[in-house]
Amino acid sequence: MNPTDLVDRASLRDDVPSFGPGDTLKVHVRVVEGTRERVQVFQGVVIRRQGSGVRESFTVRKLSFGVGVERTFPVHSPIIQRIEPMVVGDVRRAKLYYLRDRVGKAAKIKEKRAVR
Amino acid sequence: MTATFERNVKGLLGTKLGMTQVWDENNRIVPVTVIAATTNVVTQVRQPQTDGYNAIQVGFGEIEGRKVTKPNAGHFAKAGVTPRRHLVEIRTSDAASYSIGQELSAELFAAGDEIDVTGTSKGKGYAGVMKRHGFHGVSASHGAHRNHRKPGSIGACATPGRVFKGTRMAGRMGNDTVTTQNVTVHAVDADRGLILLKGAVPGPKGGVVVLRSAAKKTQEA
Repeated sequence: MNPTDLVDRASLRDDVPSFGPGDTLKVHVRVVEGTRERVQVFQGVVIRRQGSGVRESFTVRKLSFGVGVERTFPVHSPIIQRIEPMVVGDVRRAKLYYLRDRVGKAAKIKEKRAVR
Repeated sequence: MTATFERNVKGLLGTKLGMTQVWDENNRIVPVTVIAATTNVVTQVRQPQTDGYNAIQVGFGEIEGRKVTKPNAGHFAKAGVTPRRHLVEIRTSDAASYSIGQELSAELFAAGDEIDVTGTSKGKGYAGVMKRHGFHGVSASHGAHRNHRKPGSIGACATPGRVFKGTRMAGRMGNDTVTTQNVTVHAVDADRGLILLKGAVPGPKGGVVVLRSAAKKTQEA
């Protein structure tokens, strides 16, 4: 245990669902516009999850009007209202960077049917 | 001789525990250094009448009783405190407001304060001029032959006929006393005696650092 873990404990969230690369998520993000706050949903495929502890982060990729958009979030970030797992993907890599070179059907990830 | 100006300086000793990150109220990530500042105690108050200047002496850190030298043991006994490993003097004009044996907690500083942090930098060993002094070295190509990281010329010829003192060369780097000025206190955890400082401070994890009110921010008393 690191001596700084005591400090980190306060920043850690306990409501993070289990998800991994290949999974499709809906990330509900708090967006502050001036004084108003609203929730924006970013839905896509997790292509990477890296780091550990308070510094752990994950990257979600989606296609927006034909353009690939990737957004990286700290897992424990307070701007995330909640993470909603949609589909568990069947993938054989931890980092799905190959999706960046693929479009359409080739970029599709099979759903994992087995019981988790 | 008297000091021309003195400031009200608050000072503490602490151990650097390491760095981590926290989120601030705007949900931005703030890199912080965690300092454990427990067991600080005033061991001596220096007064102009007796010592010629104003200061407090602060003791910090646990030490086994048998490891305390006899002179130090007597000094701590006189102050009526258990022996500490480190002693540091903090020059401050309001020394008279402190009393011997007074415990100083991390709450001496509050979130938002700006402080100077003094520590001993990590030793780098024998380092070349590029690493030690930031020299640019010699060209990587254009026919440069085996002198890519060398300093180049270190002086002229028959005049002066010697190398000037203080010419920057390779040598031992690090292990110096380094002060980082104007470090912001991000938060203070009084229960655990922790101080969270924004950004990096000198020294390795476990190193002892001195926290003082920022010299460039405190008003002259």
